[in-house]
Amino acid sequence: MKAQGTVFKYGDNVDTDVIIPARYLNSSDPAELATHCMEDIDKDFVKKVKKGDIIVASKNFGCGSSREHAPISIKAAGVSCVIAETFARIFYRNAINIGLPIIECPEASKGIEAGDEVEIDFDSGMIYNKTRNTQFKGQAFPEFMQKIIAAEGLMNYINETKEQA
Amino acid sequence: MGMTMTQKILAAHAGLSSVEAGQLIEADLDLVLGNDITSPVAIHEMDGKMKDSSVFHKDKIALVMDHFVPNKDIKSAEHCKCVREFAARHEITNFFDVGEMGIEHALLPEKGLVVAGDVVIGADSHTCTYGALGAFSTGVGSTDMAAGMATGKAWFKVPSAIKIELTGKLEKWVSGKDVILHIIGMIGVDGALYQSMEFTGEGVLELSMDDRFTIANMAIEAGGKNGIFPVDEKAEAYMKEHSMRPFKAYEADADAEYARVIRLDLSSIRPTVAFPHLPENTRSIDEVGDIAIDQVVIGSCTNGRMDDLRVAAKILEGRKVKKGVRAIVIPATQKIYLQAMEEGILKTFIEAGAIVSTPTCGPCLGGYMGVLAEGERCVSTTNRNFVGRMGHVASEVYLASPAVAASSAVTGKISGPEELGM
Repeated sequence: MKAQGTVFKYGDNVDTDVIIPARYLNSSDPAELATHCMEDIDKDFVKKVKKGDIIVASKNFGCGSSREHAPISIKAAGVSCVIAETFARIFYRNAINIGLPIIECPEASKGIEAGDEVEIDFDSGMIYNKTRNTQFKGQAFPEFMQKIIAAEGLMNYINETKEQA
Repeated sequence: MGMTMTQKILAAHAGLSSVEAGQLIEADLDLVLGNDITSPVAIHEMDGKMKDSSVFHKDKIALVMDHFVPNKDIKSAEHCKCVREFAARHEITNFFDVGEMGIEHALLPEKGLVVAGDVVIGADSHTCTYGALGAFSTGVGSTDMAAGMATGKAWFKVPSAIKIELTGKLEKWVSGKDVILHIIGMIGVDGALYQSMEFTGEGVLELSMDDRFTIANMAIEAGGKNGIFPVDEKAEAYMKEHSMRPFKAYEADADAEYARVIRLDLSSIRPTVAFPHLPENTRSIDEVGDIAIDQVVIGSCTNGRMDDLRVAAKILEGRKVKKGVRAIVIPATQKIYLQAMEEGILKTFIEAGAIVSTPTCGPCLGGYMGVLAEGERCVSTTNRNFVGRMGHVASEVYLASPAVAASSAVTGKISGPEELGM
């Protein structure tokens, strides 16, 4: 599986309140949430984002509230992958559980800038910055998480394992 | 190698004799929690994707309507209706609607639904609050909640731990809120990322249960997976008063390995304020300068308990909220509300010019009941001061203790009780 797109770049501690402000949490519809994605940190994001685009951030991406609406809005906005130096742990779980690919890679986070064209090979964990002609090796998921991602989310994985049992 | 307190609880719930940091395990859950914002997403996941959408145990799920209730708009009402119908369909024992509800993390310990030794997940990041009782509890998202409700299990990566050794005793007007803000200021908002924060030392004995709930509650603001306290006489007394359930007190092994050890003398901590826009931007009350405010909020899962209301009332007794400042007090549960009424505390607030609201998370997350306009500043006893957290992106939240919040309401600027001559 591969992803390719243009990069939106953010800094440290991007919290889930700026990813999807609570004033929109009276909805749980992915399409509606997507129209407000990143609104309080980058109000032009939803106007510019195209299917396949990539978010690159620094430390502790997705900190704060456990709202799954945050990764849901990012996925529904068309983002194919989030790369960060580190992720907050609840966001990390949520992204995997809903099948939004995320990669921890400090080198890529430092070596990729806004507007760069980036390609990601999820099978090898390789990240290619086509604009700067550089490449980075992202951290591979543990086998357990790969199974959840392969099943396209935790609920499908549970269905499968229940059937096997 | 020895295990930390958290690791011991996780091992016991995974049916393993020992676990180590980094290990992936599947643990049995004693309780799965959700609220009116996160539960609808989980319910949709269960109903939409599960072939068998039954719940694992109707007594071990808690659904608390607390964020946008009494419903602030039609969409919020639809969310609560969805949860209400789910609770009825599955005969969920612990469904708390308007009239019985409280802010979830104040309500569950009060109802005796969590005790020492439990493993609890909740689709709310402040689920880590129950570590005050010696339980392992952590926040998750809606899909984890759905999986938990369906299977009674959750996967965890066993965390390493930061040991926080407390000594000494808090000075007057200094509380658990100041302790946790001080620690977050020291280690940063990702200082405990993926880790447990294990509080130990003789200083723990000096902390009230309400102080411990406040401290464990904000472990997530340091990125922590959980915060946890040893089970002492105070914790035992609390559980015996509130719960019929047996509890199990786990202790860290003497040779447990910690990623980091922090020693903190409680008597050295001053009232502490976190400036916008991160909880790590802390300053002592002596360093805050002259900052005029528009609003004060006293409440939330962090600071809406009896200790919090009593200290705020002590400060507001016989004083007035400064003209131009809106002071909003929110007792965290119906029981706390009633107790505060019986103690005459609510009268004190109202006579001082504050308002008293039914329990709700509303203003903490900028939902309703105290949303800020552009350029406005609020001193709040809540837990987050991110950009736009309480309203407009150009508004500001200063996190503080109930004592500082109440004092600030009187002076109209960020102040400690000492400024009032107390």
